[in-house]
Amino acid sequence: MRIKVANQARCIGCYSCMMACARTYYSTISLKNSAIDIQTSGGIESAYVSVVCHACIDPPCSRACPTGALVKRNGGGVELKTDLCTGCEQCADACLVGAIHMDGNAKAIVCRHCGICTSFCPHEVLEMRKVPSADTTHAETSHKEVK
Amino acid sequence: MPNTFSISGLANVLYIDLSNETSKVVERQDLHDKYLGGTGVATMLMNEGSKEGTDALDPVSPVVLSIGPLSGIFPCCTKVVSVFRSPLTGEFGESHAGGRLAMAMRFAGYSSIVITGRAKRPVYISIHNNDIAFKDASSIWGLSSTTDIGKILRNVEPNIGKRSIIRIGTAGENGVRYASVNVDTYRHFGRLGLGAVFGAKNLKAIVVSGDGEIEIPDKSTYSNTYKKIFSNIVETDLMDKYHDLGTTENILPLNELNGLPTRNLQQTSFEYAETISGENFADNYLVRKISCAHCPIGCIHIAMLKTLFAPLHEYEVKHISYDYELVYALGTNLGILTPESVLELIDRCEQYGVDIISMGGVLAWATEMSMHKRFTTGETMNVSLKWGDVTNYLRAIDLIIESPNEFYSALAKGVVFASRKYGGDDFALHAGGLEIPGYHTGVGNLVGLTVGVRHSHVDNGGYSIDQKAFKNNLSDKEIVDLLIFEDDIRGVLNSLTICLFARGIYTYDTIIEALAAIGIERSEEELIELGRDIFMKKYELKRKFGFDLDDVRFPSRFFETASTNGMIDEARVQNVLSMYKDRRWSTGKT
Repeated sequence: MRIKVANQARCIGCYSCMMACARTYYSTISLKNSAIDIQTSGGIESAYVSVVCHACIDPPCSRACPTGALVKRNGGGVELKTDLCTGCEQCADACLVGAIHMDGNAKAIVCRHCGICTSFCPHEVLEMRKVPSADTTHAETSHKEVK
Repeated sequence: MPNTFSISGLANVLYIDLSNETSKVVERQDLHDKYLGGTGVATMLMNEGSKEGTDALDPVSPVVLSIGPLSGIFPCCTKVVSVFRSPLTGEFGESHAGGRLAMAMRFAGYSSIVITGRAKRPVYISIHNNDIAFKDASSIWGLSSTTDIGKILRNVEPNIGKRSIIRIGTAGENGVRYASVNVDTYRHFGRLGLGAVFGAKNLKAIVVSGDGEIEIPDKSTYSNTYKKIFSNIVETDLMDKYHDLGTTENILPLNELNGLPTRNLQQTSFEYAETISGENFADNYLVRKISCAHCPIGCIHIAMLKTLFAPLHEYEVKHISYDYELVYALGTNLGILTPESVLELIDRCEQYGVDIISMGGVLAWATEMSMHKRFTTGETMNVSLKWGDVTNYLRAIDLIIESPNEFYSALAKGVVFASRKYGGDDFALHAGGLEIPGYHTGVGNLVGLTVGVRHSHVDNGGYSIDQKAFKNNLSDKEIVDLLIFEDDIRGVLNSLTICLFARGIYTYDTIIEALAAIGIERSEEELIELGRDIFMKKYELKRKFGFDLDDVRFPSRFFETASTNGMIDEARVQNVLSMYKDRRWSTGKT
């Protein structure tokens, strides 16, 4: 499974997805520790943008990582080996869509495609899609909060 | 009070002195332990900061912006409370705004910002976490569009999508006493003239952002409470009204109930109500709904105004936010017949940064005066106001903002000042010096507006109590009890800066649970007592600033036009007012 920005024009800019992502994987409440990033494109007068990992099959971020901290994930995208991450930000530079940034501990934040954000989106902007090589049980189990 | 916050950094007050371009942060645990945040803390900070013998536009008069302990933590806690001395009424000024400011202040690490002094030249304040900068705003002073101010600052300030940009327009710069502060384009500190206070401080704008993290005591309790509140908001019909038609849903029912002020309250229903109804706006003009940061409702309704400006299908398109009060103030109350004209008038006020309810009130009074030939053409500069005449209303708005002569300067000081100077005070519609919102429902509304701490319909929702009275025949004592109940619970909601649209979600039980999830223990009794205490503290300030409930006089128009509950009898209003005063101040406990 992977997350897909399905209906961007329905986004109301509520940030519920970001709050959900950050509180699921971190012990704190924040916007900055969210893997998904809601932005504006010219202020609130203009449309919102959802910046999220595209689950590349051959992820440039993984190739750019000098320490092997970003391992290809089954179904696209990457998994982070936190202890290997040095916070060099080369992954962030390599990601054309801007889906990687650093957290408060200077470690990369990468989307796990768990779908917690989709369950807090009030307008079905975000949805989960099956991808051919994915382990289909992954998404259901990972909806549960991870310590 | 029983306990302190277990979360650190939620009681930081950022003090900014514009005269010396300095700032400092002080942790005010004392105030937050007692008053939680929002309106309670802001009132106390105002009390500390206001100096005897100064007026609203004096540089020493503080502006306080406050959020609450739930801001950024639970959904719909999206408001920022501003407290200041009102240049319109001369007394207690308070106005609330949504948008992204609450979220930005929370993650920047400030629960309140207190601004004093006057900058030597126009400035804007840039606040990003601990980084506070005073930047030259001379080149954007005088710019005719508040929307453009946002566009310019967006390009020179960091943190796209997570920041808030609040700014004044030329109304605030020129000291129009009911100038607003526009927040993130579509929201406002609208009422009571905060924009003029910013202008007097040479303060054009404030940009706030932050990327802080908030520690919580018990993550699973927090997540479960969050989920419960969130589901209640998005999976029940409690919030349907706000994301369906929005507040303009009220146009048709209030019209039906004879509660919709029309043509300066000469009528309470409007022949063209269908045309400017929420239904018509939604079906034919609504293009987008958006929300304040961290609210999943999406109540901000944006209409498209498409205007042909030249042949060959040359159109200009504007996106304009609309609400019930705006459609009343620049619609029914001016006899405006089409949504296009209402939107055009709203947009003009938005760009100048001026409170639309007050502007509508001033124009409605001036129209009646004008139609009775009470002004000279010299005074009005040949702008002759008539119901429904959009062109002249647009011209009058321009002239009020510009204030080129004594007449328009008087109009820029509000309907009380203008009617003292030119007459017509019987139909200069205000409560406590503030032009009235869009309700003429009965004695609950009239007394509610009069006793309310900011003379606003949202102080105690008197209009809603009247609608209950219409259905269930409430006694005057029951009306007084309900007004006091609402005054007090709204004091609590506003201390937590919960959007009042979500008051159906945040009952006392939910508030107690949400506070407990972040380690703040409060009982319902303590919260009720807090609400009452805050009300009393505000009244102390109101008295200090010269307000006295015993001095209240009502314009006779209130008693000459039928309301939802029929003709209102002045003697009954005075009686209900006395009952309210007795219950509040003589017999103690309510």
